[in-house]
Amino acid sequence: MMQNMVGALNSALDSILHDDDRAVILGEDVAKDGGVFRVTDGLLDKYGPQRVIDTPLSEAGIIGTSIGMALGGLHPFPEIQFAGFMYLAFDQLINHAARYRSRTRSTKSVPMVVRTPVSGGVRTLEHHSDSPEQYYSHGGGLIVVEPSNPYDAKGLLIRAAHMDDPVIFLEPTKLYRLFKQEVPDNQYEVPIGKANVVRQGGDLTIVTWGTMVPVVKNAVEKKGTDAEIIDLRTINPLDEDTIISSVKKTGKAMIVHEAQLSFGPGAEIAARIAEKAIFELDAPVMRVASASLPYPYPGYEQYYIPNEAKVSQYIDKMMSE
Amino acid sequence: MIKEAFSTSINYMQVMDEQGNIDQQLLPKDVDDSKILEMYKWMSFARQLDAKALSLQRQGRAVTYAPLVGEEATQIGSAMAMGQNDFFVPNFRQHGVFLVRRLPLYAIFLYWKGFEEGSVVGKDVNALPYIVPVSTQLPHATGIALAQKYRKTGGAVVTYVGDGGTSEGNFYEAINFAGIMKAPLVMIIENNGWAISEPRSEQTAAQTLAQKAVAAGIPSIQVDGNDVISVYKATKDAISKAADGPIVIECITYRMSMHTTADDPSKYRPQADVEAWKPKDPLLRVRNYLAKKGLWDDAKESTLSEEHLKEIDAAVDEAEKFKADPKSMFQNLYSFIPDTLKEEMDAAAAANFWQ
Repeated sequence: MMQNMVGALNSALDSILHDDDRAVILGEDVAKDGGVFRVTDGLLDKYGPQRVIDTPLSEAGIIGTSIGMALGGLHPFPEIQFAGFMYLAFDQLINHAARYRSRTRSTKSVPMVVRTPVSGGVRTLEHHSDSPEQYYSHGGGLIVVEPSNPYDAKGLLIRAAHMDDPVIFLEPTKLYRLFKQEVPDNQYEVPIGKANVVRQGGDLTIVTWGTMVPVVKNAVEKKGTDAEIIDLRTINPLDEDTIISSVKKTGKAMIVHEAQLSFGPGAEIAARIAEKAIFELDAPVMRVASASLPYPYPGYEQYYIPNEAKVSQYIDKMMSE
Repeated sequence: MIKEAFSTSINYMQVMDEQGNIDQQLLPKDVDDSKILEMYKWMSFARQLDAKALSLQRQGRAVTYAPLVGEEATQIGSAMAMGQNDFFVPNFRQHGVFLVRRLPLYAIFLYWKGFEEGSVVGKDVNALPYIVPVSTQLPHATGIALAQKYRKTGGAVVTYVGDGGTSEGNFYEAINFAGIMKAPLVMIIENNGWAISEPRSEQTAAQTLAQKAVAAGIPSIQVDGNDVISVYKATKDAISKAADGPIVIECITYRMSMHTTADDPSKYRPQADVEAWKPKDPLLRVRNYLAKKGLWDDAKESTLSEEHLKEIDAAVDEAEKFKADPKSMFQNLYSFIPDTLKEEMDAAAAANFWQ
């Protein structure tokens, strides 16, 4: 049926809770209120307060308790209300969720899916619009996923539920209700660790994900550039093969993300392109990203986030090389 | 109008005093002389294990070590109160609890030699491995307790935090969650008076640490943490009531040695303080009691000591034979090995960086 991303995520969670009684949802306002974006709406009535749990305001407690639940044989789906509040749980994620398997040599694991809304463009208050994918990808041990459409959102979440790993599942707030798409009613998986080539092309490779996917698609369509657009879908582990083979074909690479430019995921991707395909490039690798400063108040966000015009200018620049 | 909204008080319990006299009214029914003897043997074993680990570190055969000496009663009393079905979540100092729960000594030595393989805790031990970042394990204990409750496996979770650890937000978040959700959790505050160089008085203006439970709406008690019977009784009672919700037990003990082998207490702690705690030693009072009853003497002590040493030495020998496999770092990060990570591993192996 036609669904937006909120509906697709809700139907994924519904099927996960239906199929696996180890699965529990916990977070602030997730039960009676169905989450501030309604992603968990109706699940309390269907699965009861033992499995859909309103927690106190306690991000480290939510993630720490979820880690314990996972170590104790459950498969928790904690929700952190906004990415900017998740730093309170950063220690739990980096020191524990990311390390348990490795420090116990795979005798213990933390199967857990942490869901949180990310990125801006919807004029929310301060601290509600961060794009934190690089923080969680850097140290290793956490799978970092970010869908850009309803179909992928459902399939990736179901895939995450079937993994024995901690998954950081980033949901772009701006895309929650931006458009609808045909989403199958049944359970299906979208692979984690595998990028999606959303447009094939021969002149330029654009690697992007999350909120920037529709921005890049629109810019490319309007210009009529024969660009290959890769929607990464999984930030960590990176699908290097798809990126490198595309760049070898096109000879040009651009990375577009909403996270800040400096030390962002674009730097990592550019470095890998340099290591594996530099002699096949006929232009420098370019990055289009938000400014290297903290996410501003909503009054300034239009000057901060890369928009279609900026992507378009960079395409021109690259194509003139 | 002003009226009292809430009031509370914190009880302190001591069953056996410093001279070895027992308050018979408080003595649990299942604690007879043979049980007290067993408690003594475990405490003595823990102290010997501690001495050995310390000496290995001093010889450069272990990376670091956090001694437990002085805290044997808190650890052994609580460990003996746990059943097989109860789950144990340590911090980094509970070697005594691991001993009673039969974690192979080999694993303890391997851990302090600096190898992850020392954190492989068999299912029968029913425990997490050592956890270093202070207090961050406490929400895990709550989560495991909730999982046990959800899965109806029975049993409580017993976890440990130091006096310094109670100043961390995670301590409050863990007991607050547990209180709301009635998690079967026993939170033992191993109050040894010191957080590296900072005395208990620098952690909080609260008169007791047990009263921190009041803010989470859960019961608590303070006990003589150098009295193994008090700790045993408080833990046993808490476990038996854990189905109704969490309990905090503050054990007043004293860190007789350094925080870890990386610091020198003479820099920040007067020796007179340590001397004042010597008469309160947790082993001394039990030995006096057993000797008075004719159940213990020097000959028995030295036989027991030899048995322990034999076991300890065998475990040390085994740990020293361990050979690290650098590939294991890469192979155990995820449930699968990503292509990019495999490439790093293979490149490092091929380039002989690991020679």
